[in-house]
Amino acid sequence: MIARILPALALAFGLAIGAPATAQIGGPVSGTPQNPIASPATADELELQKALTGGRIAGRVSIPDATSGSLIQPEGRGWRDFHNVTLTWIGGIAVLGMLVILVIYYATRGKIMVDAGLSGRTIQRFNLLERAAHWMTASTFIVLALTGLNLTFGRFLLLPVIGPEAFTAVSLWGKYAHNFLAFPFTLGVVLLFLIWVKDNIPNGKDVAWFKAGGGLLGKGHPPAARFNGGQKMVFWITVIGGTLVAVSGYVLIFPFMVTDIAGMQLAHIVHGVISLLMIAAMMAHIYIGSVGMQGAFDAMGSGQVDLNWAKEHHSLWVEEEMNRARNTVAPTGARAAGAD
Amino acid sequence: MPWGINRRRVVTINDGRPGERSISMACMHCTDAPCAAVCPVSCFYTTADAIVLHDKDLCIGCGYCFFACPFGAPQYPRVGNFGGRGKMDKCTYCAGGPQQDNSGVEYAQYGSNRLAEGKLPLCAEMCSTKALLAGDGQMIASIYRERVQRRGYGSGAWGWRTAYKETVGV
Repeated sequence: MIARILPALALAFGLAIGAPATAQIGGPVSGTPQNPIASPATADELELQKALTGGRIAGRVSIPDATSGSLIQPEGRGWRDFHNVTLTWIGGIAVLGMLVILVIYYATRGKIMVDAGLSGRTIQRFNLLERAAHWMTASTFIVLALTGLNLTFGRFLLLPVIGPEAFTAVSLWGKYAHNFLAFPFTLGVVLLFLIWVKDNIPNGKDVAWFKAGGGLLGKGHPPAARFNGGQKMVFWITVIGGTLVAVSGYVLIFPFMVTDIAGMQLAHIVHGVISLLMIAAMMAHIYIGSVGMQGAFDAMGSGQVDLNWAKEHHSLWVEEEMNRARNTVAPTGARAAGAD
Repeated sequence: MPWGINRRRVVTINDGRPGERSISMACMHCTDAPCAAVCPVSCFYTTADAIVLHDKDLCIGCGYCFFACPFGAPQYPRVGNFGGRGKMDKCTYCAGGPQQDNSGVEYAQYGSNRLAEGKLPLCAEMCSTKALLAGDGQMIASIYRERVQRRGYGSGAWGWRTAYKETVGV
């Protein structure tokens, strides 16, 4: 067994000074010490015992670092349990579970093809600003997600493989990347919200879309406007989840500027749980936007999607675009230009 | 040692009121150390003397040990951007770090390794009232027991139960 030498950090017996001896108050003072158990405890002693039953104990310090006035914070143990047990389980189930679901889905349903085949004609779905905002958010999210996962799972998965020195180098740069990329990620979330919120207000069509299985389960394509129910869900996950993750992250990046240690522990819990759920959601988003569906990637790639793809997946949007195009062909007074 | 690092601090509770007490607090070198449990890079280790030490070459300054530690022992030099933390520093029980004992690199990173010189930690060595004790666990417990019997208070072992999950048998 381990040497039970316990370096006796009885150090903290700082009570030797100024603590009133029970004998002075509780019983007659005599030459021989009384048995302390027999004499009644003083108010001081009771208060001390109460303080030691658990719970946070704070006091005053004379050094500039006022936060060090927290003497004992047993909440640290709760946070440890969360970090080592709860968070690991949530992360494992969310990430691996989503991976399993996607693999099973791909194996059974396969790639979703454009039923009518590609038409060869395209229609503009996302302009440059929309795509730039999307990819800024997406690329920073991927780095943030990987470096974040590394902090929670790296010591079990990566550390044994590459060794402690290399793992520290990876994690240290990961920390820098995580801290700095938080800012473009936040900007991206704000931009996406401003650009797309008008098309993402949930309405009755989304309910119908979900009832019809969204074209994911079962056959056929329920009608959808610019964004269908599933995309709206991704949008709100990004906006609400991204906001929560960003706010809790800034609380952690600027320690003690916003809140105390209890607040920071809570911020970390929010940050960890929401991030892992977002990672799982984004895995599905990435799947359906790439290998999962024919023609879907073009929307964020070139911004030009095939007309048949658009008609199948966003019938109402295509109609609207077509109508607008028809009605805005020739402003009054326009003259034919060119070689006339 | 970098500015702003306090390996040991004195906290006064009930300051100026009845029941005022001043407690000296530092790393308790816990039996089942929370810092080691949560460290993402596993930079902590426990020595044969049951002292909890860490390797600053592996530490990334994430701050997790500070969240988990009940005693506020881990400290960070303020470096770089935002509230960016440098490599963590804490009480080493004056036992240095993973490098060669009493080498220059060890001294630069962790301060004196007094234990390797056969001395007690500085705080315990210089405490004028012997409120701070250091040494073999059994010996400390027996000294404490004796003090309790003479002076008549029984629960002054601040953090003992939290750090070692056991009570002081009095």
